[in-house]
Amino acid sequence: MGLADLTITDAAAGLRSGAHSSLDLTEAVLDRASMTEAEIHAYLTIDRDAALGAARAADAELAAGEDRGTLHGIPIALKDNMCQRGVETTAASQILAGYRPPYDATVVTSLRDAGAVLVGKANLDEFAMGSSTENSAYGPTRNPWDPGRVPGGSSGGSAAAVAAGSALGALGSDTGGSIRQPGSLCGVVGMKPTYGTVSRYGLIAFASSLDQIGPITRTVDDSVALLEGITGHDPRDATSWAGDYPDLRSEIDKGVAGKRIGVVTEFAGEGYEPAVTESLSRTLDQLSDAGAEIVEVSLPTVELALSAYYLIAPAECSANLARFDGMRYGLRVDGETTEEMMARTRAEGFGPEVIRRILLGTYALSAGYYDAFYGQAHKARTVLRNEFAAAYEKVDVLMSPTSPTVAFPFDAKSDPLAMYLSDVCTIPSNLAGDPAISVPVGLDPQGLPIGVQVMAPAMAEPMMFGVAKTIERLAGFDARPTMLEELA
Amino acid sequence: MSDTATWEPVIGIEVHVELATRSKMFCGCAVSFGEDPNTNVCPTCLALPGALPVTNGRAIEWITKIGLALNCDIAEWSVFHRKNYFYADLPKNYQISQFDLPVCHDGWLDVDADGETVRIGIERAHQEEDTGKSLHLGDGGRIHAATETLLDFNRAGVPLVEVVSRPDIRSAVQARAYAQTLREVIAELDVSDARLEEGSIRFDANISVRRGPNAPFGTKVEIKNMNSFRSLEKAVDFEIKRQIAELEAGGEIVQETRHWDEESGVTTSMRTKEGSSDYRYFTEPDLVPLVVTPAWQEEIRATLPELPHQRKARYIDLGVDPQTAGALGSADAMLRALFEETVAAGAGPRSAANWITGEVVAWMRREDVVGIDVEASAIAEMIGMIDANELSTSAAKDVLDGILRGEGGARQVAESRDLLQMTDTGAIESAVDAVLADNPDAVERYRGGEQKVVGFLVGQVMRATQGKADPKAVNGLLREKLS
Repeated sequence: MGLADLTITDAAAGLRSGAHSSLDLTEAVLDRASMTEAEIHAYLTIDRDAALGAARAADAELAAGEDRGTLHGIPIALKDNMCQRGVETTAASQILAGYRPPYDATVVTSLRDAGAVLVGKANLDEFAMGSSTENSAYGPTRNPWDPGRVPGGSSGGSAAAVAAGSALGALGSDTGGSIRQPGSLCGVVGMKPTYGTVSRYGLIAFASSLDQIGPITRTVDDSVALLEGITGHDPRDATSWAGDYPDLRSEIDKGVAGKRIGVVTEFAGEGYEPAVTESLSRTLDQLSDAGAEIVEVSLPTVELALSAYYLIAPAECSANLARFDGMRYGLRVDGETTEEMMARTRAEGFGPEVIRRILLGTYALSAGYYDAFYGQAHKARTVLRNEFAAAYEKVDVLMSPTSPTVAFPFDAKSDPLAMYLSDVCTIPSNLAGDPAISVPVGLDPQGLPIGVQVMAPAMAEPMMFGVAKTIERLAGFDARPTMLEELA
Repeated sequence: MSDTATWEPVIGIEVHVELATRSKMFCGCAVSFGEDPNTNVCPTCLALPGALPVTNGRAIEWITKIGLALNCDIAEWSVFHRKNYFYADLPKNYQISQFDLPVCHDGWLDVDADGETVRIGIERAHQEEDTGKSLHLGDGGRIHAATETLLDFNRAGVPLVEVVSRPDIRSAVQARAYAQTLREVIAELDVSDARLEEGSIRFDANISVRRGPNAPFGTKVEIKNMNSFRSLEKAVDFEIKRQIAELEAGGEIVQETRHWDEESGVTTSMRTKEGSSDYRYFTEPDLVPLVVTPAWQEEIRATLPELPHQRKARYIDLGVDPQTAGALGSADAMLRALFEETVAAGAGPRSAANWITGEVVAWMRREDVVGIDVEASAIAEMIGMIDANELSTSAAKDVLDGILRGEGGARQVAESRDLLQMTDTGAIESAVDAVLADNPDAVERYRGGEQKVVGFLVGQVMRATQGKADPKAVNGLLREKLS
């Protein structure tokens, strides 16, 4: 265990007690990266000099008594679909190779304002489309718990960096589970906030009505701390929540006594690994012992969620990705005519999964098919939202596995449909726009981490964090990837 | 064989109006023309990765204003859609527009054409954004022959309102009148530069012909690139004739877009539409629904100015003849203010309107000035003097010239220029006598039955009195003396 393995909370305390400096933390994280990156490949870009500069600046400010809060001086990784001024931002796509945005995403501005040290840009499935980070045009990220396996995705680089100690926390984006599923597969906490509470300005869009940025951290307390740094109204994002924001810490230590916890009955059975189901059962027993009431809740429409998602998300992406045409930035492959240039650029610049989804979405929106596909999917989304709302009349939170499986080997899911099933438990929260969090609770017999998911009504993050922290405490999960033990 | 006269043209017009808001529709870039290319741009209007749109509230206020002026219903709740198509000057490769829930719908506009007033239905007015501009270098400035194309995104994202008429227009003259009247309304609302030559108002016409008013609609053809009201009228006229000729010859009309060529005066095929284009419209997920509350709508309604057709009706009520009322209703604000003030200063509205739309405008044209600084009371005074027989109409034109040159009030000018009508009957009589004495031939011809020669004699007396005699009195006196 070294400085790179500290929680954000402990690292922040140490900065103030004088136990270490931000430079110490940042160097520790960069050193760790230099040891792990060759194998893990969590990052697409590491901005070493800028990170060290930011760390020195943070140390100077803290020394001068200018304390910006918990994230001040903390090394954080950004998923590479968030624009950072002057730093190559590719969304792991060939079509954006070499692209340096002229502006910062709002979350980047927020992290800078909070004094965080931006270490680099983490790998992802191209344009956040995937559940394994195998779809990165720059090569996959490997799972620190077993480099023969995927870290999950699409925020696989962010989750792997946090698990490996090459960042103390990271931002991911979650469109159908892309924070929570890699969180679960990498044994870290992954949290998707209520839609609209974290600005999407500067997040390279996959599916606008579903995308949400959130924290990936080692603990629930860290999740709260990192979310606090990025949440809030942004006038540059029209879908940003303009009302009051709750105090995220207000229920963190309230426990679960008297809470009603619903278990979604549809998320079990075929396709769910026994160790995953058992971990959830054990967690529920612990919560029950701690005073929570556990009830079974059926949400029949979640069976349709995957289908609805794979129409809505591709439909939105088919338009969102239309701007990558070789005209103004990024890759350009010349052609005889403008149209030919655009077509060639897109054919060469996008990977197969991105092309698959653009085609799927274009088809779903086409005249004559709209009603049968996109229109129906929207109706299913509305029904699902109503079903969630009705469930929350009866229970405080809902729980399920985060992922039906633990981390799987590379190339294990070459059938896209099998891969899509990885997100079956996480997609419903995106369709509903509600917050959800994955908390690691244990290891399977192969030593691979397992997470459980807590879902809550919109803006009920404080309660959700309270339940999540209780789960974390009861699980006592403190295992570390073996590769880190070997490093030490 | 068929009779050409039985064909009825059916025309609908789409008008694109660029709003003159300070900033663009979905970002903070300035709306400004004539700047260096690609200077009014930002991540949002260049469609950089990650950039998002935010709706310009002023544009929504203004489209609501347009809708109210066009007697539309205003949707309390409307929605932006993405209209998907790839084009080099469309940065996102989709346009944020509106589809099935526009801000304004079901209105109408009354249009005067060929001496009658026609009510043209307005199907909808929706909010969207403009594209960038392509500059095709090489032969003729058209895309097909271009050797190189440059793109300027300064215009990309400028607020655009599309007003879609119902297919209620039945002639090229009506088409022109509709477009002109709509432009007048837009100009009056002060929401757009409303200049055709700069493209801040653009027209497309959908034209078909059918056999009489009860026949089903024919196949429609869309005409683009009409840059003036005159070319709109000519293009529509040409296209109607082309379609009739085609059908008369046993041919078929192909649904297509045609380009109006101003120089050769013909429309030529641009591209054939395969059915209707599939724009794959879907709700814009980056924006929330647009809400125009009834309270806001009423606030906006309260800011509506008097519109040209409303003014025309009011002027007619005041006694102005309809044609002059129409001209004055559409005249510029300075002339209208002059009219209102002249009437307020006591002049009869009919005379005031005639003088202002007639002689004042003619004087300005002659002198080549766009504005005049004149006291309305001087013109009212002049009209009063005419009514009191103190000024002849021709002398009054001289007086007006003096007034407009700043020589003072009407009486002052009339006196200094010695233009007051002769009230001294003795003086008129001696002038008449003198003219009769000088023109024995004319007198002879009159007496020989050539009545019209009296006009010549009146003219001679008027000249002798330098226009100051009352022509009516002169006429009477002459006839009396000649009989």
